[in-house]
Amino acid sequence: MRDALSLRGNHALLTRANPLAKFTAVTLITLVLALSIDWVSASVALAFELLLLPLAGLTVALLWQRGWPLILAAALGGWSTAILAPDSGPVLLDAGIWPISAGSLQLGIGFMLRGLAIALPAVLLMSCTDPTDLADALAQNAKLPHRFVLGTLAAMRLVGIMAEQWQTIGMARRARGVGSSGNPYQRFRATLGQSFGLLVQAIRSASRLAVTMEARGFGGAARTWARPSTFSGLDAWVLLGGLGIAAAAVAAALGAGTWNLVFLTRQ
Amino acid sequence: MRSSPGVRPAAVTARGWGWRHAGRTRPAVSGLDLDIRPGERVLLLGPSGAGKSTLLHALAGVLGDGASGDPGGSGASGEAEDADETGSLLIDGAAPRAQRGRAGLVQQDPETQVVLSRLGDDVAFGAENLAVPAAEIWPRVREALDDVGLGRLPLDHPTAALSGGQKQRLALAGILAMRPGLLLLDEPTANLDPAGVLEVRDAVGRCLDKTGATLVVVEHRVGVWKDLVDRIVVLQPGSATDSAVLIDGPPDRVLAEARDMLIGAGVWVPGYVPATRMRTPARGAGQTLLTADALAVSRERPRRAGLRDGFRTIAPRPVQSGLSVRVRAGEALTITGQNGTGKSTLALTLAGLLRPVAGTVSATAELSSPATGHSSGRSSGRVRDSAGPDPYRWKAQQLIARIGTVFQEPEHQFVTGKVLDELMFGPRHLGYGEDRVDELLERLRLTELVDANPYTLSGGEKRRLSVATVLAAHPQVLVLDEPTFGQDANTWAELASFLSELLDAGTAVVSVTHDAEFSAVLGGAELRLRPRENGAADAPGPDLQLPEGASP
Repeated sequence: MRDALSLRGNHALLTRANPLAKFTAVTLITLVLALSIDWVSASVALAFELLLLPLAGLTVALLWQRGWPLILAAALGGWSTAILAPDSGPVLLDAGIWPISAGSLQLGIGFMLRGLAIALPAVLLMSCTDPTDLADALAQNAKLPHRFVLGTLAAMRLVGIMAEQWQTIGMARRARGVGSSGNPYQRFRATLGQSFGLLVQAIRSASRLAVTMEARGFGGAARTWARPSTFSGLDAWVLLGGLGIAAAAVAAALGAGTWNLVFLTRQ
Repeated sequence: MRSSPGVRPAAVTARGWGWRHAGRTRPAVSGLDLDIRPGERVLLLGPSGAGKSTLLHALAGVLGDGASGDPGGSGASGEAEDADETGSLLIDGAAPRAQRGRAGLVQQDPETQVVLSRLGDDVAFGAENLAVPAAEIWPRVREALDDVGLGRLPLDHPTAALSGGQKQRLALAGILAMRPGLLLLDEPTANLDPAGVLEVRDAVGRCLDKTGATLVVVEHRVGVWKDLVDRIVVLQPGSATDSAVLIDGPPDRVLAEARDMLIGAGVWVPGYVPATRMRTPARGAGQTLLTADALAVSRERPRRAGLRDGFRTIAPRPVQSGLSVRVRAGEALTITGQNGTGKSTLALTLAGLLRPVAGTVSATAELSSPATGHSSGRSSGRVRDSAGPDPYRWKAQQLIARIGTVFQEPEHQFVTGKVLDELMFGPRHLGYGEDRVDELLERLRLTELVDANPYTLSGGEKRRLSVATVLAAHPQVLVLDEPTFGQDANTWAELASFLSELLDAGTAVVSVTHDAEFSAVLGGAELRLRPRENGAADAPGPDLQLPEGASP
């Protein structure tokens, strides 16, 4: 967890861009893709996004390592859409009660591509953005309340500690004779007990961390920033890039005649 | 001295000051009269519950409203009421809460002293909060890191990669960057190994010499701080009539006059090792209970490789490998070594809680299916079912009847809401009688506390309870992870004596510890782990068993 959030060793171009610019570009692409269910806009966006991988210091292998749950979810979503969508066109595969027709397959593929095209920018953003820099940008540039932003940032560090504590508490409870074996009910109860133990420890850690932060003067009205969050020419390119990908996706879909606004086409 | 610009040593004045935490019936501190001059260095001593931490938290301005702190007190919790302050406690004549950054606090737990994930950012955090101009912050950060001896690390070094001692020095640097006139240290070295303790102590000394700031430190181990402070103040638990300050004076005079009183209160007075029960020499080598061969250990679980590698299992990188260990009945084994050498990991693997990365841990027939011997007599004549040789594969209940593990943090092992239930938990699940529980309650002085909530106990009580709960299941092997960390001298002596008794009665004791005096009481063999680069273990041979009849 902590390693996944660290950017050490990644010196790709996009790591130098302002997190807020990257965030805005990602939001633009995501918004446009959420508007239509069609495979042309999704695959155009996806193609551009894959081209951007090296700029974010990502390889396909790394992408799989960090984003596999999202990729798997997109594939599953596509599969179930293909099975369950109303059939149209010739039936391609008839496996009992769930036939896959050309129409439903097209819808399924469109759904999967769109899922990927929406998920990928988020993976890209997080892999070339340090959480601390993101917090700096959100507080300084987007003017979100700094107490809230920094509090969240500090709490995120505790998530990594909680993962370690979960393992320790699990062992500590086994050493008390609380097993994680037996029937499903017993397992459920054991997990519940372990979760409660973790909750107690999490609250303790959080209150100690709060004392630490308060003792360092956190919570006052005035604050300076040791790391000024600034914009550069690169950020203009990032915004233009986001806008460009979104526009290209819409233009391609309109040109191909597949553009299909979700909230307008209710057959 | 006084070379650092901007540091103005602070003065502390308390007049009849008292504080009662919300929900407590007794005040944590009452009737405190104390004057600390600017630049003075004060060591605060006193028994558990004397309100030392409460005073530090109040001076740091973090007491009150939401911040309840953790005073380590054992007061009974009453109805939830508001906290209550009496008298006055002032820094330079003004309330601490109104002077953000005038005092800086370093607490005990290294993990929750770190706020941000990069070294330099973490040090800058306090200065930012005090609205120090941005241009001035980074020079302050570098200076503070130099002062605590972390100056050679890059500013983007991940804070998660620091050792405990380094984290405490980082916390100190974060405070120094605020340029406080008053340094408050609340048991800053209680969770550290001996090397870490000295690192932190020396860093504090250097910083005080440079800035001339006032120091108030709370610590059980007087020897560590004696030469650094110029005054010792001993507090006593609050009462309506007596003063909160029991003794006050220069270190040598206080230690001479109040030596016996301090020893009675469990303070670690220099040159004093608490008296403990001596072990009776063993009659010969005990039965081997547990063996480990060519053992490699790691806390990480095996990973699955990606699609390209056919999803094969990737073993984690072991923190130690090639270890051979014999655990014998009635003999102690002490695992030592620097932080991060995998001592706890080895102990947890031996205890059947972690899966070996390579090699084996196996229980002999004597341990896995004991037919005769000392253990069957204790377990009320109940015949225990046989288990296989691999402790990791045992069911939890099979495990606790054979190998008991006491974790470093007692709270991790609490599973009920009452001391008595906590003790009965193991025996009830195993179908044992309750006779041993009464004996343990008596022996570990927990009888008065049977109805208390385990989480509300003091540090020493929690430690005694965690040992008792594990022993209630009658294990033949007892594994302890840093049992003496942060304990006062009284709990220490009780624990050491109790374990030496267990050893004489035939229990095997495996302990991870930095405490040389503690291992001397237990006797037995030492397994010293080296950092991995320099080879596995520094040992006389591959088999680290106890030489026959060796005991102190």
